[in-house]
Amino acid sequence: MSTTLVVLIVLALGAAGYVLGRGRALREVNGDQRRLHSLPSYYGTNVAMKTVVPAMLLMGIWLLAQPLIVETSVRGDLQDEAERQNRSVSLMMSDVRRVANGLDVAVSQGVMTRERASNMRTEFTDVRERLGQAGVALGSDVTSAVLRAAQRYRAISGRADLLRTGVVLALALAGLAFGLRNSTAGYRARNVVESGIKILLILAACIAILTTIGIVLSLVFNTIEFFRLYPASEFFFSTTWSPSFGGGSELGIIPLLWGTLYISVIALIVAVPIGLFAAIYLSEYASKRTRAIAKPAIEILAGIPTIVYGLFALLTIGPLLLRVFGDQTVGWMDAGTAVMTAGLAMGIMLIPFVSSLSDDIINAVPQSMRDGSYGLGATQSETIRQVILPAALPGIVGAILLAASRAIGETMIVVLGAGAAARLSLNPFEAMTTVTAKIVSQLTGDSDFRSAEALVAFALGMTLFVVTLALNVAALYIVRKYREQYE
Amino acid sequence: MYDADQNRTENRVGQADIKIAAKNVQVYYGETHAIKDVSVDIEDRLVTAFIGPSGCGKSTFLRCLNRMNDTIPICRVEGDIHIDNEDIYDKRVDPVQLRAKVGMVFQKPNPFPKSIYDNVAYGPKIHGLAKNKSELDDIVERALRRGAIWDEVKDRLDAPGTGLSGGQQQRLCIARAVATEPEVLLMDEPCSALDPIATSQVEELIDELKQNYSVVIVTHSMQQAARVSQKTAFFHLGNLVEYDETEKIFTNPQDSRTESYITGRIG
Ligand SMILES: Nc1ncnc2c1ncn2[C@@H]1O[C@H](COP(=O)(O)OP(=O)(O)OP(=O)(O)O)[C@@H](O)[C@H]1O
Ligand SMILES: [Mg+2]
Repeated sequence: MSTTLVVLIVLALGAAGYVLGRGRALREVNGDQRRLHSLPSYYGTNVAMKTVVPAMLLMGIWLLAQPLIVETSVRGDLQDEAERQNRSVSLMMSDVRRVANGLDVAVSQGVMTRERASNMRTEFTDVRERLGQAGVALGSDVTSAVLRAAQRYRAISGRADLLRTGVVLALALAGLAFGLRNSTAGYRARNVVESGIKILLILAACIAILTTIGIVLSLVFNTIEFFRLYPASEFFFSTTWSPSFGGGSELGIIPLLWGTLYISVIALIVAVPIGLFAAIYLSEYASKRTRAIAKPAIEILAGIPTIVYGLFALLTIGPLLLRVFGDQTVGWMDAGTAVMTAGLAMGIMLIPFVSSLSDDIINAVPQSMRDGSYGLGATQSETIRQVILPAALPGIVGAILLAASRAIGETMIVVLGAGAAARLSLNPFEAMTTVTAKIVSQLTGDSDFRSAEALVAFALGMTLFVVTLALNVAALYIVRKYREQYE
Repeated sequence: MYDADQNRTENRVGQADIKIAAKNVQVYYGETHAIKDVSVDIEDRLVTAFIGPSGCGKSTFLRCLNRMNDTIPICRVEGDIHIDNEDIYDKRVDPVQLRAKVGMVFQKPNPFPKSIYDNVAYGPKIHGLAKNKSELDDIVERALRRGAIWDEVKDRLDAPGTGLSGGQQQRLCIARAVATEPEVLLMDEPCSALDPIATSQVEELIDELKQNYSVVIVTHSMQQAARVSQKTAFFHLGNLVEYDETEKIFTNPQDSRTESYITGRIG
């Protein structure tokens, strides 16, 4: 039975449970709803919840765990064979998975009978060709060990699938029965549903947190792996970045961090004043109608994909800067790609970010503050400068820090606008590159994934993560402190 | 307190030195007609009280007198209001200048999220009232003393004004308003959050202010109106029902609605 079908059956059981639970509770009080502890729909929901949720949870966990368990049992068989062939077990394992999958496809398309798939031998059949007929392309010939392992894999999986279907359906039925038995007039279905909902929400929160932890851990482990291959002191303090996949690379992060910082600072110098002034205009001076038009118009900027800003940098800003600062005039700039180009494009990208957040923050300053200031005979700009901005300042700083962490993490604009040369220079018209751009280039070649040159990407990512995390924490801290002021 | 002033007050009522003259004032909030054809003459150098049930438009009318209603987009004011024979709704009048002259204490205390000192120094700094720091210090101290809060805050002038208690905040706002030396002071329920001691201190301040200024006070306390004011205006549902000398309003009201209100039958 396919997983989808099982899910549908469980859902159908849940729907039935809803109707039955509701009906049972109502019947017990002869339809007099007021004698029930909770509204009838709560009794229905209670039964449906008990039918569906545990069964689905079990199925989810089982589906995640099953391949792992099946693989460990098949893996044991492959151990000897792998040693003989001098191949790694995990590579063979992926062959096994592919063949097993291929057999599944072949059977489901009717190219092969079920028995044949379980019994055929490489000695008698060209498995690769047969699977090719079913549209499953294999990279190399299938050895007999792999085929046998694949067949065992299928057998175990098949048994496990059957068992899973049975257990899940049994659990759903048990939940249904249990829920129905409870559906008496005095049962506090409302409270049970309430706590059920709470548990559901907690689960969602846990998943969000666990995935984050997983990502961080994978970063950490790969970073540690990298530091085994490459000294940390060189990574953090060397001022050259010249990876070469033949060996003898220098992987100093300083030029990359410098580029990141330089571009971000230029971006913020562009975005903060423009964004902030736009926010002040929108929230304090603009009429309602202007605001209704201008605010969404500015926010549209935020919806433009960064690659488009990258193109804009490459095709418009770069040539423009080159005309102004290039060889024909002052000669500071040799090519369109430069820190300035990327910084300007990124600044434009960040304007709506700063303005929209600041606008919300300025609007959150209570009207009574403005009244107090106007009532003392202050002008509008005095009020803004001396009352509103100081009151909103922590929030605005928070917004700027959030914008900064976006600038630091930005990649596409840098790749297209700033060039690829890792360089430590003060001239903003020279090409430089950033941490993010280098992460991309270190992982997109066809390099050995276990080499220092590839693993450095994780160390770079980790550094970036720590920097942006620190910025975000600072921003959150400031924003939270600000919130307390009027409460 | 009231009796002692009575003679002098009555003398002055005779020669009626009009500070604010409002004629046929209408105020609308969008469609709501909040003030209906109110005409009132507020005299200089005495205290005028506005009384009336909640929602009758006292705050609204008060806010017309220094054009604070300009900050509410849906609010529309019609009619004439003259202060010192100058139409304050004239295009040439700068509302900012006007508000420096006509100070206001709001119904809800609204200290700035700044230090106590800066709260009070805000107005004097904007209007350049102090030549140097020590003069500014003097102005702040004097204002805080007049606001009856100096003793409580003199040791923590650098603490944030928002950290004070509700009543202290209200007195801080009073101090802030008097620090700019306005000619007219509009006070919207200045004592609603104050204990009896602070209330009597504020009333003393009002008494002192009326030597030089005219004071308009909104209050829900009949006793307070009787104690501090020389003239009283009774508002009801946006109408000015009765406006007369305080003593007359409280002893011999002309309108039955006024009588019911002050005796506690409507409101
Ligand atoms: N900003 C506003 N927008 C719309 N309507 C308003 C606004 N302010 C006041 N009103 C309306 O105007 C009328 C008068 O309100 P106002 O605040 O002047 O009453 P009040 O006499 O000061 O009452 P209270 O004694 O409770 O302070 C009320 O009906 C109120 O609903
Ligand atoms: Mg009011």
